[in-house]
Amino acid sequence: MGDFLQQVVSGLASGAIYASLALALVLIHRATGVINFAQGEMATFSTYVAWTLTTNHGWQYWPAFVVTLLLSFAGGVGVHQVAIRPNEKGSVLRVVIVTIGLLLLLNGLVTLIWSGEVRAVQSPFPTRTIDIGGVAFSIQDLGTIGVAFATVALLWLLFQYTKLGLAMRAAAVNPAEARLVGVRVTWMLSLGWGLAAVLGAIAGMLAAPSVFLDPNLMAAILIYAFAAAVLGGIDSPLGAVVGGLALGVGLNLIGAYVDFVGADLRLPVALLVILVVLVVKPSGIFGKREVRKV
Amino acid sequence: MRRLALPLVAFAALIVVVMVFPAFVSDFRAQQFAYVAIYLVALIGLNVLTGYTGQISLGHGAFMAIGGYTTAILMADHGVKDIWTIPLAALVTGAAGFLFGIPALRLSGLYLALATFAIAVAMPAVLKRFEGFTGGGSGINLFGTPELTASLTPQSVLGFELSFNNWLYYLCWTVALVSYVAAWLLLRGRTGRALRAVRDSETAAQSSGVSLARYKTLAFAVSAAYAGVAGSLFAIATTFVNPDTFPIALSITLLVGVVVAGLGSLVGLIAGAVFVQFLPLWAQEISRSPGAPAVVYGVILILTMFVLPMGAAGLVGRMLAKLRR
Repeated sequence: MGDFLQQVVSGLASGAIYASLALALVLIHRATGVINFAQGEMATFSTYVAWTLTTNHGWQYWPAFVVTLLLSFAGGVGVHQVAIRPNEKGSVLRVVIVTIGLLLLLNGLVTLIWSGEVRAVQSPFPTRTIDIGGVAFSIQDLGTIGVAFATVALLWLLFQYTKLGLAMRAAAVNPAEARLVGVRVTWMLSLGWGLAAVLGAIAGMLAAPSVFLDPNLMAAILIYAFAAAVLGGIDSPLGAVVGGLALGVGLNLIGAYVDFVGADLRLPVALLVILVVLVVKPSGIFGKREVRKV
Repeated sequence: MRRLALPLVAFAALIVVVMVFPAFVSDFRAQQFAYVAIYLVALIGLNVLTGYTGQISLGHGAFMAIGGYTTAILMADHGVKDIWTIPLAALVTGAAGFLFGIPALRLSGLYLALATFAIAVAMPAVLKRFEGFTGGGSGINLFGTPELTASLTPQSVLGFELSFNNWLYYLCWTVALVSYVAAWLLLRGRTGRALRAVRDSETAAQSSGVSLARYKTLAFAVSAAYAGVAGSLFAIATTFVNPDTFPIALSITLLVGVVVAGLGSLVGLIAGAVFVQFLPLWAQEISRSPGAPAVVYGVILILTMFVLPMGAAGLVGRMLAKLRR
């Protein structure tokens, strides 16, 4: 039973990371109507920035964390303004291709700037375990869950209780009418991209200590985040969080207790989740059904 | 008939150039251009699906993997001669594409991009897991096997003694040109019109009596079969397959090639194939970092969407239209 609980908590920790990245995907899908294939690479880039600040410039972890988030926010806004906005008028295919271009560009840049070497990243949390009711939990797992939950709570407050959040929701749901009542729609969408970049940066920085930092840090995590977002409903922030946690715990338990799957087939299982959900219930658990227009 | 004259002359010229080319270049160059032919086949397939039918695929590397492994397994375990594995690879991959096309019917645009992307990412893990069948992480070696034509002794064709690389060049280009003509015949008539109708508006196509299910699965099957042939040739050319022979980067590179060449056009694809084969080499000359090709690919892909959404073929088309005026 203790072993099972440990697996659940460590699953929740991975799930919190998937949920953060899935939430970033959902934010961008709501704002721009596309899936951002560069989300993982944006997160990797941010994580490298944080690594440089702490390792090469001797910063403390948390100041570096905050500065990285600010830089990521600016980066996300910049990406939307420079690369995405001019292509939004065309077909969806066009924006998707631009995000794939960003994926390649950022992945190449990371290798170019920081080389492809695998690097160890310090964790902000102690590596000890803590004993709760006779079961040893890793403090790092609990810290990861805590940071991710705090972020989600802050975002929820922003969207639900501030005028800015209301304007952002309006811009995403109905741009034309939002513009009529004085919302600066383009900037709201950029803001969405900025927040998505922040979420990605958090996911990257939380993931790096346990899996090491290399240019493909987020490749697999992005697929899990896709699966989480699809599972929860690609338009539902709540769905992304629930989907991420469910996927994290589910994959961890399957990996630990189903011999056939083990550690190797976790990625194909996530793929299976994507395919099954898309075919059986494309709107996911919490999403609304799309109505197709001519 | 006059409308056909220019394309026919151009195609005949292309055949002549392809035939005599190895006589003027080194063995190594011939090998590089064999890869151009392989990418050409894959790009034709991807363009049938993405360019003509509007169904984006980020997973064509996975179909190439199926083709490549079909060839490798047939050659290594069942003693089938390399060239006979090519049609078999086309059949197997075509069937796989058809099967994937059925669930894909329910996926539009973005979701399809996502599903195919996930398949390409997951493929290496699947190949590694089913070790008994695929040789696991160490892959399958074909070099020096009697099934691989010209690998040890030169192959004589019509009285010419061809080295492995030259044989490879002619094999790949023959397959590529036949594939090219086949695609042209498929796309010029009724089928091509139906596919383009599906791309331009699914609802409009459906109300004009075009069966979405039929043409989308057809496009998937044909497209995958092309990718399978390319994968099969790729396995023969590298004389070796392992799970990393067909990474996600390959799938993305193919999409870049098709976009740069021009979606929905066959003429630009040769340029696209040259681009896919040689761009990493050119990028390496600018910077030695292994990240350089990705940066150049990324920048070109984004710039293409800014200035030439229809790719190189669109540019040529626009220039021709201006000249005629």
